[in-house]
Amino acid sequence: MLPADDVLVAGLRSGDEATFARLLDSWSASMLRLARSFVSTDASAEEVVQDTWLAVIRGVGGFQGASSLRTWVYRILVNTAKKRGVKEKRTVPWTSLEPDGGPTVDPDRFRGPDDAYPGHWQEFPEPWVLGDEFRHVVARALDELPERQRVVVTLRDVDGHTSDEVCAMLEISAANQRVLLHRGRAAVRAHVEKYLGGAA
Amino acid sequence: MTCEEFVELVTAFLEGALDEETERDFVAHLAECPGCERYLDQFRITIAELGELPPETLSGDTRDRLLEAFRNFPRA
Ligand SMILES: [Zn+2]
Repeated sequence: MLPADDVLVAGLRSGDEATFARLLDSWSASMLRLARSFVSTDASAEEVVQDTWLAVIRGVGGFQGASSLRTWVYRILVNTAKKRGVKEKRTVPWTSLEPDGGPTVDPDRFRGPDDAYPGHWQEFPEPWVLGDEFRHVVARALDELPERQRVVVTLRDVDGHTSDEVCAMLEISAANQRVLLHRGRAAVRAHVEKYLGGAA
Repeated sequence: MTCEEFVELVTAFLEGALDEETERDFVAHLAECPGCERYLDQFRITIAELGELPPETLSGDTRDRLLEAFRNFPRA
């Protein structure tokens, strides 16, 4: 567990290297993943994270505490990554968010309107027998998600941010966040199902 | 509530974001439907596994550079 924000901020302002190293090691991994969603290469993402930390070093003196320190750092990251993404002609239109329509489970899995039980499973999902490859399959499924879904699933489920934090970082509504999260999770689950079905 | 509706509400349910009536219907459906119970379980397993993915790390060079920049930043 990291100390409270006021302790961290005081450490950063006074030049306490242990505090800075701790933040660097605690947050950089998830920052890299977040950055990678806006730019086209791992090297670019690393530069975005580096530039973000440099901006934090320069700017922490002016940090007002209106949000948590982490949210403030991630906002800098997102802005830095977006600028870079524009340069690389890789923009993610977060603000003009159109809900990606359509069901998250193949409609053929459910009974049609003429059935006695319309909208109910044709056949229940198969039980999963999970082996060592499960993690690998999940990781690959995450990589293949559409960008906005991947960002939200990464922040929420991989990195463990709260819904409020993610909404603040990305400046999206709670409803949009939930839609992206649900679609992403459902797609990962479907990917695992398909993999297990194909392997059987 | 149909199964087809149920599967679209799973995240909202897990987030505690369903209104009271919808949540009641959701839970009632869950209690009666082994297919949706399994779907919800698999959803949870998927989320748990996402939380176990190994972190990426900053290269040693970049980390060293940043520590140096922090050390050398002029402070009053
Ligand atoms: Zn059902």
